[in-house]
Amino acid sequence: MSRFRLERLFAEVRSSGRTALLPFMTAGLPSVSTSVDLFVAMADSGADGFEVGIPYSDPMMDGPTIQAANRRALAGGVTVEKGLEVVAAVVERTGKPVIVMTYANPIFRIGAAIFAERCREAGASGVIVADLPLEEAAAIQDPIEATGLGMVLFAAPTSSNARLEAIAAANPVFIYGIADLGVTGERRGSSSHARELAARIRTVTGLPLVMGVGISTPDQARSLAGEADGIIVGSALVRRVLEAPDEQAALDAVRNAVVELAGALR
Amino acid sequence: MKLERPDDRGRFGEFGGRFAPETLIPALDELAEAFERSWSGDRFVGEYQRVLRDYVGRPTPLHEAGRLSERLGVRILLKREDLAHTGAHKINNAIGQVMLARDMGKPRVIAETGAGQHGVATATAAAYFGLKCDVYMGEVDIDRQALNVHRMGMLGARVSPVTSGAGTLKDAVSEAMRDWVRTVETTHYVIGSVVGPHPFPWMVREFQKVIGEEALEQLEGRLPDYVVACVGGGSNAIGIFYPFAGLGPQLIGVEAAGLGIESGQHGASIGAGTPGILHGTRTYLLQDDEGQVLEAHSISAGLDYPGVGPEHAFFAESGIARYESATDTEALAAMELLARTEGIIPALESAHAIAWIIREAEALAGRTVLVNLSGRGDKDVEQLARMTQ
Ligand SMILES: Cc1ncc(COP(=O)(O)O)c(C=O)c1O
Repeated sequence: MSRFRLERLFAEVRSSGRTALLPFMTAGLPSVSTSVDLFVAMADSGADGFEVGIPYSDPMMDGPTIQAANRRALAGGVTVEKGLEVVAAVVERTGKPVIVMTYANPIFRIGAAIFAERCREAGASGVIVADLPLEEAAAIQDPIEATGLGMVLFAAPTSSNARLEAIAAANPVFIYGIADLGVTGERRGSSSHARELAARIRTVTGLPLVMGVGISTPDQARSLAGEADGIIVGSALVRRVLEAPDEQAALDAVRNAVVELAGALR
Repeated sequence: MKLERPDDRGRFGEFGGRFAPETLIPALDELAEAFERSWSGDRFVGEYQRVLRDYVGRPTPLHEAGRLSERLGVRILLKREDLAHTGAHKINNAIGQVMLARDMGKPRVIAETGAGQHGVATATAAAYFGLKCDVYMGEVDIDRQALNVHRMGMLGARVSPVTSGAGTLKDAVSEAMRDWVRTVETTHYVIGSVVGPHPFPWMVREFQKVIGEEALEQLEGRLPDYVVACVGGGSNAIGIFYPFAGLGPQLIGVEAAGLGIESGQHGASIGAGTPGILHGTRTYLLQDDEGQVLEAHSISAGLDYPGVGPEHAFFAESGIARYESATDTEALAAMELLARTEGIIPALESAHAIAWIIREAEALAGRTVLVNLSGRGDKDVEQLARMTQ
């Protein structure tokens, strides 16, 4: 069961009363050959696990930063297979739980059962599909769970409590609470939605809760510590990679940012 | 058999559905409920019909294209959507959706546009009903459809250039979706074709089926042998097809063959695509083996889209309609022939429908063909003038 790494992490953060840091990074950045090193550097700097993005041509839920990362990865030749090779190497070298993130079309194109099997072989713990709401989830969730992986489902500030209950009833490996209205991207200030949503989810279910979207600074991370089992930071880290003049600078910038974020959650 | 409405999950057979971020699902539910309630009530339908009559100028005429018919040896009837206010069928849908936005208490609408006709229609409806309007348009399309960009500005809409991808319609839809994920509490997204997550494909078809219903009435029981329409996302086509489906006429959708299907530079999603997910719906699309969406190509911005409405995918799969294609060159020739024989300059999109008839004229000899002339070509004149310089 590959999801055990993730379940073990949630058990550990709950017993020690802390919040896990789960950075998002597109596979193949800063380059295909150094992608794994970037994840290892983040693991060494305090990351508890990762969301690894398999690039997609039309990422509807992503803002300009992660769109640019998708373009760069695709231009660099990152296929689903190459992306999952990165996942496998990250799991092997860090021992941390990895969640594979992508969009529905690449999964259906390959075939959900085949995709699930490839994720299992790579040692992934779970799968997130950005454009897959509860109503359409079964076609991917069933094969994912049949291979022993966990499915992640979203809850949004716009989701009613009745929807939150239905989402919880589908028994995802964790609920991804969308911390702000809008697509991925850095924000100034903290979203008023995040705490409200986290509190509503907590009253509905005891499932692990991870908050993401629009969380980019140590202050924002700190304001959510204690509200969730984990937080996801994506665009703020991806931007540092895209802006870095070379690969070493990218590694250094991301390492520093992860140290600060992990510190803020302690 | 055609379906009166998609199933509870928004499916037409195996196509359609709702592949959208969770943030949007409650808004899609709200929209489906509002549409269902309004569309079955006299107050909304009565107002919609009044606005279409007194403001849009419906019914649009059914025009017997005498000289063109004589030239081709095929009897051609043109459903003149080019004569609707703003110059294309897009206004039928824009009026309906902006009325819904108003009734849902949303003060702002957004739209994507390719040829600019849907952007103009939405900006027009927003001006008419007093809503704020933002339009997303690819930078390539802003360049080739400049006239419509100026029109939207005059109508008080803000046009935002989209630079991602190829800077065409697909990217404009993605960007409008992203805006909507952020602004969903105060904004309605007026999708311009029968694409997107449920309830859009169904709702837009309902707002466009007035085209076919009018034509049926105008024909006074004398059914044509063929009903032909160009297919980008497919709204003008479904609008004229739907009322005729099952009555006998052969329904022909004409997709953009661009530089030729073999060239890979085209917009023939049904003709050369495979099933997958694009912009929230399961349908035919142009994609590679990895599920990455390919860029479409067409001389006409409105057909330059790598997907198609899910109900067309269903029509194709179940044999209710047939899908053909016409190249850029054929469309240009058709535009010129219609201008010279009938004194009508069609939109480049609509010219694709005429182009198919020209190519098939021999096989169609003596038959009656009803064509949806979806829009007028003023918007394309500058682009064509630049090309011939
Ligand atoms: C005149 C005209 N016809 C056709 C289209 C294609 O759209 P649809 O296939 O939805 O009718 C457009 C789109 O911009 C258009 O402006």
